[in-house]
Amino acid sequence: MGVKFGPVLYIVPGDICSSTCFLTFPGFLCPSISCVSVTVTMAEEVVLLDFWPSMFGMRARLALAEKGIQYEYKEEDLVGGKSQLLLKMNPVQKKIPVLIHNGIPVSESLIVVQYIDEAWSERYQLLPSDPYQRARARFWADFIDKKVWTSGHQVRSSKGAEQEAAKVEFMDSLKLLEGELGDKPYFGGQNFGFLDIAFIPFYGWFHTYETFGNFSIEASCPKLIAWAKRCMERESVLKTLPQQHKIYDFVLHVNKMFGLH
Amino acid sequence: MTAEVILLDFWPSMFGMRVRVALAEKGIEYEFREEDLRNKSPLLLEMNPVHKKIPVLIHNGKPVCESLVAVQYIDETWKDKAPLLPSDPYGKAQARFWADFIDKKPYELGKKFLWEKQGEEVEAAKKEFIDCLKLLEGELGNKPYFGGEIFGYLDIALITFYSWFYAYETFGNFSIEAECPKLIEWCKRCMEKETVSKSLPDQRKVHDVVTEYRKVLGVQ
Repeated sequence: MGVKFGPVLYIVPGDICSSTCFLTFPGFLCPSISCVSVTVTMAEEVVLLDFWPSMFGMRARLALAEKGIQYEYKEEDLVGGKSQLLLKMNPVQKKIPVLIHNGIPVSESLIVVQYIDEAWSERYQLLPSDPYQRARARFWADFIDKKVWTSGHQVRSSKGAEQEAAKVEFMDSLKLLEGELGDKPYFGGQNFGFLDIAFIPFYGWFHTYETFGNFSIEASCPKLIAWAKRCMERESVLKTLPQQHKIYDFVLHVNKMFGLH
Repeated sequence: MTAEVILLDFWPSMFGMRVRVALAEKGIEYEFREEDLRNKSPLLLEMNPVHKKIPVLIHNGKPVCESLVAVQYIDETWKDKAPLLPSDPYGKAQARFWADFIDKKPYELGKKFLWEKQGEEVEAAKKEFIDCLKLLEGELGNKPYFGGEIFGYLDIALITFYSWFYAYETFGNFSIEAECPKLIEWCKRCMEKETVSKSLPDQRKVHDVVTEYRKVLGVQ
């Protein structure tokens, strides 16, 4: 009966349906008499293994929110001990986020966001359609991971000359991103998209970087902060990003726990 | 710049090779421009001001940087021939995951034992490198290619490392074939494709250039 294509079951007229939809009941013939098939959405199972302060996890949360996808959020205790489920679903990297879609895992935040975009392609588009614009979005998302994350991490975990060097690299990276944004409202142009999703979670960590590094991001990159505040007006972003001070408190707590400065 | 497709590259680069293979698979004519990485051209610095690295694919004057981004760009732009990524979202995600893994793990580990002096860290890197290759061999399973029946994105991402295997084996002091025989079978299967064999340099040439560079670094 019917043909399963991804998450949606297409019932052709005259089929006996075993699902419940608004037209019929299980065991009854599909009453649709037009040549157009009736679609019945099968229950989707979407689970996200995540860790609330993770900017990578936030990317997955944002993509799911933008697409309006219902999912079960499972908090992993990365400090106390990873769950058996996480180790089973991501045995290679053992990291969050892991998106589990109908039992099948997808790992690595940028790969998860692209998967969400492609698996729910009929909904709000995250990546641009044009191949060159897609390549640019991927390039800069990769840049964020290689440069911004790395130097940001150094800013908050090192001291002295090492920290100073990290601050320079961090700010240079942000300025480059500000240049890429230009005068557009979003990195995606008129529409909030993939690269905005890749970067906005870092805004949640700005207060932490600024406090540890003793500098102001807004002073050097005012357009970037304007962009961040524009993004925060979106419900998906407002609901996803933890408050900046909560992340700072978390970092202090972890540093204390592990006897770090 | 008159050619429609130009590739700024460096002959021993496994990243540059990925783009060469992708272009060959799609049958795209292009101009190959060799960069001297000790003396980078103004064009390279203009086209990749952020990283200043090869490969850079220049298509109608517009640059695409980062090898895996370039391979996907090639696949999406010339989509009528030889699809490189699978069509289903999960297949794509898997291919992307493992290609990303290659760059994060075995590539970085390989750099450690090629370019650093002997010691505990280097020994640990060698062991982990082999473990990574075994993981990849597991992912291949009994398929002819990582892409299944058809050579694709993940095959392209990994096969270019084959040109470095002799260098890895010599300086790592191990035999990849002994540890991962199925992987070597897959390598040889890929090398039967003209698109691959014409894009990869000879293993010994790569080994020689690695030996020279190790001397410069004072590791040899």
